[in-house]
Amino acid sequence: MADNDFSNTAFHQYLAEYKLMGAHCEACDTLYLPPRPMCPKCFGDDMNWVELPERGELIAFTTIHIAPTAMIEAGYGRDNPYISGVVRLENGLSISAQILGLDANKPEEIMIGTPVKAEYVERGEDEAKKTFLAFRAE
Amino acid sequence: MTGKRLNRGVAVVGAGMSKFGAFPGLSTRDLFVQAFQDMRASVDKGFDPNDIEALYIGNYSSDLFEGQGHTAPFMADWTGLAPRPATRIEDACASSGVAIRQGIIAIASGLYDIVLVGGIEKMTDLPTSQVTDTLATASDMLYEIPAGFTFPGFYAAMATTYMHKFGATPETFMKVGMKNHTNGALNEKAQFGTTIRKVMDGKIAKAEARGYPVPTWEDELEFLHDDRANPVIAWPMRLFDCSPISDGAAALLLVSEELATQFSDTPLYIVGSGQASDVALHDRDDVTGLRAAQLAGKEAYGMAGVTPADIQVAEVHDCFTIAEVIATEDLSFFAPGEGYQAAESGGTARLGSKPINTSGGLKSKGHPVGASGIGQAVEIWKQLRGQAGERQVPGSPTLGLTHNVGGTGQTCVVHIYERR
Ligand SMILES: [Zn+2]
Repeated sequence: MADNDFSNTAFHQYLAEYKLMGAHCEACDTLYLPPRPMCPKCFGDDMNWVELPERGELIAFTTIHIAPTAMIEAGYGRDNPYISGVVRLENGLSISAQILGLDANKPEEIMIGTPVKAEYVERGEDEAKKTFLAFRAE
Repeated sequence: MTGKRLNRGVAVVGAGMSKFGAFPGLSTRDLFVQAFQDMRASVDKGFDPNDIEALYIGNYSSDLFEGQGHTAPFMADWTGLAPRPATRIEDACASSGVAIRQGIIAIASGLYDIVLVGGIEKMTDLPTSQVTDTLATASDMLYEIPAGFTFPGFYAAMATTYMHKFGATPETFMKVGMKNHTNGALNEKAQFGTTIRKVMDGKIAKAEARGYPVPTWEDELEFLHDDRANPVIAWPMRLFDCSPISDGAAALLLVSEELATQFSDTPLYIVGSGQASDVALHDRDDVTGLRAAQLAGKEAYGMAGVTPADIQVAEVHDCFTIAEVIATEDLSFFAPGEGYQAAESGGTARLGSKPINTSGGLKSKGHPVGASGIGQAVEIWKQLRGQAGERQVPGSPTLGLTHNVGGTGQTCVVHIYERR
C-alpha cells in the first residue's frame, strides 16, 4: 500500500500492485501524471490518488540502439534495440514508457497513433527488484 | 510585443574559444585558459585583465565528467582573476547561454561594468556509456529515464512525431548534417573540420588500401543510409545526426554600453535577451516545437525591437539534426512544418536566404555542452565583424542571433547581437 505522499516512491509502490495511479486536485478538478504533491494550476495541495485509464495511443517514439547502462543491464543494446515512447492516455494525460509488442528493428512500420495498453514490467533481482510502467501495442 | 528593457545596455568587446575536440590530458581549466587568451587577443584596443570585476561560468557536469565540482573559482584562479566573485551556472547544455544572460543582468543592474562570461566542459575522459548516463541526468530521472529514453532518443521521438505531422523524412535530417559539416570544414576550431563527402571518400580509400571490399556508395546520402557506415543511434537519428562528445571552452568579455568603444573598434551590442523553462517532454501538448525556445525568442525579439526576418545570421542549438529544423521554426524564421523544406532546399546554407550554423553548428564544431552557448556567440562575433574568413556570410551582416537549449528544451535562452 502506497503512502499518501504523491512521491515517485509511492507511484512505484502502486506500479508494483499493477496500478497506474495519478494525482487529482480536489480544489480545481485537475488530474496529474506523474503524481505531484502540489497543483501547478491553482497552487493548492488538496490532492487525492486516482486510478488512471490503462489504454491510450502512441504519440511519439524511437527505437534505441545505443542504450543507457540500466537498459544494457536489462539485456538491450546494439543487437537488441527497444522502443521508448510517449503515450497519451484516454483521458488526455501523457507519460514516457517503454513500448512493447512492436518490432524495434522495423521503425518505419511503427505508426504514431498505435493503440496501446499499460503493462507492468519487473526488472532487477531480490532487493533491487522494481516494477516499471510499459505499454503494449494492441 | 514591447518587451522589458535593460536598465543600461551591454556590449561584447571580446570573444574567444579553445578548439573543440578530444584533448586527452587537458582539464577544463587548461581549456579555459586557451579560451581566455583567445578572447584577450580579440579585444581591438587591448585591456587589463585586472579590470574584470566578476565571472559567470557555464558548466553542465564537471562533477560527473571529470570528478571536479565547484569549477568557477578554479577558472578565476587559472586566469589570474581570484579573488573576484566567480559563479557557476548550470542549465544543462544551455549553461553558458544562461551565463551570458547572468553577465548581462549583472552589468545592467549597475553592480559591475566589466564581466567575464565563460563556458567549459570536458567530456571525453569517460566511456560513451557513462557520457550517455551523465547527459541523461539533464532529463527527468524519475519519470523519463526509467522509460529507457536517452538524449538522442528524446530528439528522435520529436523527429518521428515531426515526420508524421509534416512529412519530413530521415533524409531531411541527413541534409542538415551535410550542410553543417560543409560549414564546419571551413572552421579551424571545429572538431570535425571535414565534409561528409571527405569522410566517405576516406573510408573508401582506407578499404582500398587495406584490401577490404570497397564500398560502392554513389553519393553522400547513400553513405548516410548505410547502417554500417552510419549506424542508428535512436531511429531516425543516426551517428551523423548526433553532435559529438567534446571538450572545449569559450569566453566573452562583456562591458556596459558606454564603455564599449574604449575596448573595441567594432563592439557588438546585445540588444535582445530571452530565457524560459518548460515541463518534461511528455507533459507538453506539442513535441514538434519547444515552447521555451518560442518564448525566449519572443522576449529577445521584443527587447531588441526586431523581427525574425531582420536576423541575418544565426547559430542554433543543433545537438541533433532534428533540433536545428525545430529551432528555425521556434524562432519564426520559418512557419511550423516549413523548416524542413528550407533545410532541404538550401535556404539555411551559408549562402542561402537564412544562414544557419555557419560555424558548423554543434554537429560539426563540437558540443562540449557547457561551452556550446558561448561558442555560438563567438561565431556571431566573427560573422558580424567580418572576421569569419572563408565561411564569412556575404552582405556585411549587422544583426545575429544565438539560440541555446538545455535538455529537451526545459531551458532555452536566446540572444540578439547588433553591430552599429
Ligand atoms: Zn488545482
